[in-house]
Amino acid sequence: MPNLLWLQSGGCGGCSMSLLNAESPDLMTLLDAAGIELLWHPSLSEQTGREVVQLLEAIVRGEQPLDLLCIEGSMMMGPQGTGRFHMLGGTGKAMIEWVRELSAKAKYTLAVGSCAAYGGITAAGNNHTDATGLQFDGELPGGLLGDDYLSDNGFRVVNIAGCPTHPDWVTETLVSIALGEHSEENLDALGRPRMYADQLVHHGCSRNEYYEYKASATAPGERGCMMENMGCLGTQAHADCNIRDWNGHGSCTSGGYACINCTAPEFEEPGHSFGKTPKIAGIPVGLPTDMPKAWFVALASLSKAATPARLKENATSEQLIYPPTIHKRKG
Amino acid sequence: MSRILVGPFNRVEGDLEVTLDIDGNQVRSARVNSPLYRGFEQIMLGHDPMDALVYTPRICGICSVSQSVACAQALANLMQLEMPENGQHCTNLVLANENMTDLLTHFYLFFMPDFARPVYAGEDWFEKVEQRFKATKGDAGRVMLPARAEFLHLMGLLAGKWPHTLSLQPGGTTKPVEPQERIRLLTIIAAFRRFLETELFGDDLNVIASLKTVVELEQWRQQKPWYSSDFRTFLHLNESLELHKLGRASDQFLSYGTYPQGGQRVFKSGIYMGGERLPLNSADITEDVSHTWMENGDPPRHPSQGKTIPSLENKEGYSWCKSPRLNHQVVEVGALARQLINGHPLAQDLVTQQGGNVHSRIVARLLELAIIVPQMQEWVKAIDPKAPFCNNAELPNSGSAFGMIEAARGSLGHWLEVKKGKIHNYQIIAPTTWNFSPRDQQAVPGALEQALEGTPVREGESEPVAVQHVVRSFDPCMACTVH
Repeated sequence: MPNLLWLQSGGCGGCSMSLLNAESPDLMTLLDAAGIELLWHPSLSEQTGREVVQLLEAIVRGEQPLDLLCIEGSMMMGPQGTGRFHMLGGTGKAMIEWVRELSAKAKYTLAVGSCAAYGGITAAGNNHTDATGLQFDGELPGGLLGDDYLSDNGFRVVNIAGCPTHPDWVTETLVSIALGEHSEENLDALGRPRMYADQLVHHGCSRNEYYEYKASATAPGERGCMMENMGCLGTQAHADCNIRDWNGHGSCTSGGYACINCTAPEFEEPGHSFGKTPKIAGIPVGLPTDMPKAWFVALASLSKAATPARLKENATSEQLIYPPTIHKRKG
Repeated sequence: MSRILVGPFNRVEGDLEVTLDIDGNQVRSARVNSPLYRGFEQIMLGHDPMDALVYTPRICGICSVSQSVACAQALANLMQLEMPENGQHCTNLVLANENMTDLLTHFYLFFMPDFARPVYAGEDWFEKVEQRFKATKGDAGRVMLPARAEFLHLMGLLAGKWPHTLSLQPGGTTKPVEPQERIRLLTIIAAFRRFLETELFGDDLNVIASLKTVVELEQWRQQKPWYSSDFRTFLHLNESLELHKLGRASDQFLSYGTYPQGGQRVFKSGIYMGGERLPLNSADITEDVSHTWMENGDPPRHPSQGKTIPSLENKEGYSWCKSPRLNHQVVEVGALARQLINGHPLAQDLVTQQGGNVHSRIVARLLELAIIVPQMQEWVKAIDPKAPFCNNAELPNSGSAFGMIEAARGSLGHWLEVKKGKIHNYQIIAPTTWNFSPRDQQAVPGALEQALEGTPVREGESEPVAVQHVVRSFDPCMACTVH
């Protein structure tokens, strides 16, 4: 029966809050059914203070085995490499020290959320706290543990990236490991579980018909495709947000706002305003990753010329103006 | 006299450490430390002001929407932009969805499990309470978590996802509601109301919201066995453990008011000082850094002029949290403050009779669930799918503005200054910054520090259970506190 220790550092706790949104079944039933024993979680467990410190020390000394180590939040290296921007309460010791020691014992180490994976939002701006990920510093391998880190079972850090993570991304990864099915092949080049990272946010987007005809939204709340003007990165972002719903019904794009590619390293500093598409000579800079640019431009101008009035009008409206025409088989 | 250090202090949002000086069998004084610093106020400098809508919700994963709403309000003030009615209703619904979820999460997952600790094993109520509320194992979690997740389907429909939405804009919301979605929203809220009425209260929400006095509350409690609902269970524990005698702070309260509706706010803004409800003058708010790990030497500043320059050099510093004060006074924020200042008779009677304490804070939270969930049903009915949801305007190149709202945990303010189209200054005072502040220049302890003074300590306790009740009665959010 694998056990699980969850610690939080330079983050918002949002991945834990999202995890509590797990459904069919709920989180507690899921962990129970998967045979995962929760050693400690900061939001959920009874133990506080000394009991927790004793548990952590026992793991570091090798007296308490640790199977799954989940870290949420960036690793706070500053100031000047001391880690004093986050001292674990009650221990007088920097969290980065705890994570170094615990990760040396863990059979599997998981970064939950883009902060723990790559540095994330906490590393935005000029990163004055020297926030970094567990095994990546932004796009570059390294981070707190270094590129050559391997867990006790010989695996690199699993980066369940996202801001926040979908509850299923976390639970499915945990269950897969608990089933003994984990391998490096399950992860992409950025360490993300391919179960969700082999999809693009674009897949299944409810605005795809507008995308096909380049019928674009020009302001928040309009129905059209948000790639051309509103900063949407759904055609480049690796995640299955429009294939599995968030909170029962939603996704960023169905909620009327741009995908900001939150599963990617350095999404926090796109180099332009999040809500505006950067363009050169009227053409968006960030085109779909694996499409030749000339073809994209040619197809886009062709499809724009062919845009039905229905889509053109609906694209810049909050409400549906023209429903689809009913196809008549006779007459 | 002896000193104990309690940490990591869990089942609060974020990281917390409390130092207690114990004299005999009670706490003589306390120091509260927020041991994590992230520095959002620095991160955002130089960015497009609209990008604050991406950064600020990520201050906190449990108050994410509250941060978005405060930010959007500051931007709207800068643009002098108003929302269409639909945008206002949907913003209120999304904010209420988060706030009500947080109140519920606090009660079931953070607060109640302390009564299932082995220290209470000798109490005659223990077996039932342990069965129901034991952390990670209790029966309540198995019914509460699905109800919580389904209630948050409202976010899926109105905000795309929770936490961290971008649907909340200065001029309204980005998700126009389709006619069928409006119906779906009504069913989601109705189901959640059913959960509250069967599991939490064991009564109609309107009955709870209409309780006017401590005596009426007591009469209501005695109508049914204590274990017949979770609220009655809490009231029974209060009687058994005298929670109303625990955790009294300054008995001075602040609320910015929230849920705008037709030019008013559903919950009014104001302060409560010396037993009187008075209007709030936001110019009276200052932040003191005398005991914070910040560059020191400045007098306390109004947040519109605030600075955030972290420094471990401050010898008096013992927390990353600043010390907000209202007219130099320590005030408490939260659901109790909100209901008291809005004039709810039960909240008034609770404070008049017993002040702010563990019992009155919890009762006020649950009371708010009973008030706001029916209000949410009214907001949904008022949505007109054919009318606009979002207004737009250009952001001016320079200017200052603020957004002041109520998060679940209390008063949340954002102060923004824009120069040459970029963020020049951004200061945030979060609810727990008020409640969990360190000492100020006059060495006056913050609200929790005051509330802990006199808390009983049992023989041999290293993490006194009464201290845990007091700390968690504030529902602290440390992630917001130190942003």
